[in-house]
Amino acid sequence: MDVSKILAIAISMIFINNFILSKFLGLCPFLGVSKETKPAVSMGLAVIFVMTCSSIITWALYRFILLPFHIEYLRTITFILVIAAFVQLIEMVIRKYSMPLYRALGIYLPLITTNCAVLGVTILNVDNFFVAGKAIKGSFFYSSFQAFFAGVGFLLALFLMSGIRERLQLLDIPEHAKGIPIAFVIASLMSLSFMGFMGFKF
Amino acid sequence: MKRLIKECVKGITKENPTFGLILGLCPTLAVSTSVINAVGMGLAATFVLICSNTIISALRHVIPDRIRLPAYIVVVATFVTICEMLMKAYAPALNVALGIFVPLIVVNCIILARAEAFASKNPVLPSFFDGLGMGIGFTLALTLIALVRELLGTGSVAGFTLAVHAEPITMMILSPGALLTLGILIALSNMIKSAFAARKTKP
Repeated sequence: MDVSKILAIAISMIFINNFILSKFLGLCPFLGVSKETKPAVSMGLAVIFVMTCSSIITWALYRFILLPFHIEYLRTITFILVIAAFVQLIEMVIRKYSMPLYRALGIYLPLITTNCAVLGVTILNVDNFFVAGKAIKGSFFYSSFQAFFAGVGFLLALFLMSGIRERLQLLDIPEHAKGIPIAFVIASLMSLSFMGFMGFKF
Repeated sequence: MKRLIKECVKGITKENPTFGLILGLCPTLAVSTSVINAVGMGLAATFVLICSNTIISALRHVIPDRIRLPAYIVVVATFVTICEMLMKAYAPALNVALGIFVPLIVVNCIILARAEAFASKNPVLPSFFDGLGMGIGFTLALTLIALVRELLGTGSVAGFTLAVHAEPITMMILSPGALLTLGILIALSNMIKSAFAARKTKP
């Protein structure tokens, strides 16, 4: 494990390869829950949690079950089932132990299952940190950190967007561009400014 | 027969997945950098959509209601895996170009939405045509976005350079261009829709 590599992963996942603004993963919740700041932040936190946990689980499954038995082609089915089951589990646990948290996150949790960012990060982990059918050194830590920081990037984009959209309600927008189209144009401008980070090299 | 055609056409026009229902955006934006990628992605999604719609509708009395979503996901994931393996074998270049968006067809909202909203309630044949129509609608929308982006971003269409003496706008094939194009196209389609609606209400 290498601290400078983890720092590089953090900067890359939060700014340079931001999941929403440059990789286009998880756009549906980005547009769906970015109308107000509070639900946007709850959604972002839930996504960070689910992403980190499910990449730990899928890493272990890939390393100890799929690879030894040479059934790598089953990874899509396995990963999506793990994520779906895990989200369901979290929902049940939260409902049992913390009703306020359940009320805050409740409706967003099922949405996370079909959030392509979660499945995307688990597949990216496998693509990036397994070389020629073997886990590279420290791959477990790298993939968990990659998932965590991808989630942070998601939260950041969602938070910024919700702030802008709250202000937007006071403006005079052409009628046909109201709602989704103007949100896309704003996202485009945000993505343009995030491209400024591309010059960073490690 | 007339009804089947109607099921097919509505996916292309009124309920177009991209411009009407606004579903399945992530692959739409990510792979629309060139017309060839867009058509490849559209065909892959159409294949999965038709197969999963048909199978889910055939099994709709067998699948218990409470576990229907995991069951749908397994069906969809199976076809995506088949599609991925076929693509690796016969179109490796396309597979590399589309990257992780091939396995991500599983979480494309269009497919699950059609399974839940249509295939689970209708017989096999209409479901097949619904899948076909939605698939074609998705492919057309994807191609349209890719056409705009490729033309403005590189000055060529499907790899053929057009004789345009203007500097290409590189931004259009990068991520901001995708969001901008889609935003403007959705606004235009809203405009066309309201124009049609206004004409209908006039005597």
